[in-house]
Amino acid sequence: MLGDSDRIFNNLYGFKDTSLTGARALGDWDGTRELIAKGREWIIEEVKSSGLRGRGGAGFGAGLKWSFMPKEPSGRPHYLVINADEGEPGTCKDREIMRSEPHKLIEGALLAGAAMGANTAYCYIRGEFRREAEALERAADEAREAGLIGADACGSGFAFDFVVHLGAGAYICGEETGLLESLEGKKGTPRLKPPFPAAAGLYGCPTTVNNVETIAAVPTILKRGADWFASLGRPNNTGTKLFCISGHVNDPCTVEEEMSIPLRELIETHAGGVRGGWDNLLAVIPGGSSVPLLPKSICDTVLMDFDSLQAVKSGLGTAAVMVMDKSTDIVRAIARLSKFYMHESCGQCTPCREGTGWMWRMMERFVVGNVSEEEIDLLDEVSRQIEGHTICALGDAAAWPVQGLIRHFRPELERRIEEYRAHAATRAA
Amino acid sequence: MSDEVRMGDAADQPQAFVLSDENREKAQAMISLFPEGRQASAVLPILDLAQRQNDGWLPRVALDYVAELLGIPRIQVYEVATFYSMLNLAPVGRHHVQVCTNLSCWLRGSDDVLTACKNVLGIEPGETTDDGLFTLSEAECLGACVNAPMMQIGDDYYEDLDAGSAQAVLTALTEGKTPEPGPQNGRKGCEPAGKLTSLTDKPAKARRKKAPATPVEKGGA
Repeated sequence: MLGDSDRIFNNLYGFKDTSLTGARALGDWDGTRELIAKGREWIIEEVKSSGLRGRGGAGFGAGLKWSFMPKEPSGRPHYLVINADEGEPGTCKDREIMRSEPHKLIEGALLAGAAMGANTAYCYIRGEFRREAEALERAADEAREAGLIGADACGSGFAFDFVVHLGAGAYICGEETGLLESLEGKKGTPRLKPPFPAAAGLYGCPTTVNNVETIAAVPTILKRGADWFASLGRPNNTGTKLFCISGHVNDPCTVEEEMSIPLRELIETHAGGVRGGWDNLLAVIPGGSSVPLLPKSICDTVLMDFDSLQAVKSGLGTAAVMVMDKSTDIVRAIARLSKFYMHESCGQCTPCREGTGWMWRMMERFVVGNVSEEEIDLLDEVSRQIEGHTICALGDAAAWPVQGLIRHFRPELERRIEEYRAHAATRAA
Repeated sequence: MSDEVRMGDAADQPQAFVLSDENREKAQAMISLFPEGRQASAVLPILDLAQRQNDGWLPRVALDYVAELLGIPRIQVYEVATFYSMLNLAPVGRHHVQVCTNLSCWLRGSDDVLTACKNVLGIEPGETTDDGLFTLSEAECLGACVNAPMMQIGDDYYEDLDAGSAQAVLTALTEGKTPEPGPQNGRKGCEPAGKLTSLTDKPAKARRKKAPATPVEKGGA
């Protein structure tokens, strides 16, 4: 188990003072100017060698992403955009950073901004997180007043401001280019890539979009060293990670743990175990609603990191662990997610706009078993015609839960079909 | 994308809308956060401002007003207003009760919470009580999954609910009281309700690396 001294978020639960004074006592804003003085190259190299991968779901190397920003000033402003549009079902970690550790986020934004030559960071927060936005705004005001950000941030000579911006309820704005569209005052419909944001992002200017947790981890990585971060977890899966454990556990919670912790250990150490004991486990969705579920047999041994979850055809995603015990109607659970994706599809790509609704209607029939066996394969096939055929990953995200269900729970789907037929026969008799 | 955009009836639509002086000032401050010529970026915060001024919904004239204020085409504001689920185009109750029914909440009893809300308020999701006090909605994931089930009322989250506590919150609102937001089962936030499993030590100050050759000892303070 990760020791407290290796935790980045040492006030995750907000038990201690969350103001600037309290944050400073916990090590925030300590030596920030010296870190900036080490220069852009140093910061990017340090983040690269720490192995920090994006915490928003895709897991792209953070340092590598930053290195795509133009090195020489082009006359156009550079932007850092922080994705705080946390809405992936099961995920509630950025919320805790914003309300309990806001100074880590702002300090991280300054360091990231310095590394990519961005004088402004826009933090795009989902509209429902009004209280979290207020907390972050308060912290930004404190930092501005103390000269930590502003015209001469921390006395470094680097000008930097941090702007809090609220969305208005659209999951798709968590997709980075949908977010940029929304930030420009439009519908949040994702953009075709390339060009990638580093070439043409906000207002057509070089932009990097990073998740809240990614940015908030940066100050501690730079202060303690890339080696420290890289020594945690496994190669290519380094560091610590916030895990949100929800569903059928005794004590749902958000906790920071070492990357690559076994799923079972994570649940039993921090969430009080599965309701009714480990043997009562049916399945886990390990990384937010977009990743395929895992049956208990895989949960017994799987490690919680990018590579091991990918190896079992799922994903770490946002590390939102949704636990389902044997009382769960697993088909209805996945049908609920299908409904979610139908609701959140932005509508610009036909396979997603039409496909998410079609999959949901099919799933509702699967819930009661009012389908034929062949339709199991049809559903799988159609889901694969949505996956990979849309501008953004929402189509994939809608397809994967359904595919996971078919892969691991086909016998249950078949059982329902038989049950439905038996009932129908009885009714007819 | 909101799948059912409900426009206010013609009878509800006022003839005119202007932001109050105070809100106009706030709107200007919002616009100033963006570069010159990029004032459209402030459309969501300003629509939110207008909605708050107008009892929680945006009549057509308010959309036109915001378009004019920002100097952008009306259609762009209409597109935005019909895209985002938090922008209401028809009147809503004073308290907008949104019960999350997504997976994490459903696994922990959001069906019971929703039923309790329906019973207390006597309305179905999508409806408003006759006295105009409450609108009930089913919401998609509101991002408080380890505090499930939960509901949002206005700007506040009410978490760790069950049928009884959901009913108590609504009853308090009916009586004109303001129930305490947050978890309703006594815990502070997202920590485990049982024993704390982390952050129990005296916190160590995040240290700067002294010299590259000295490895940081794992678990050391």
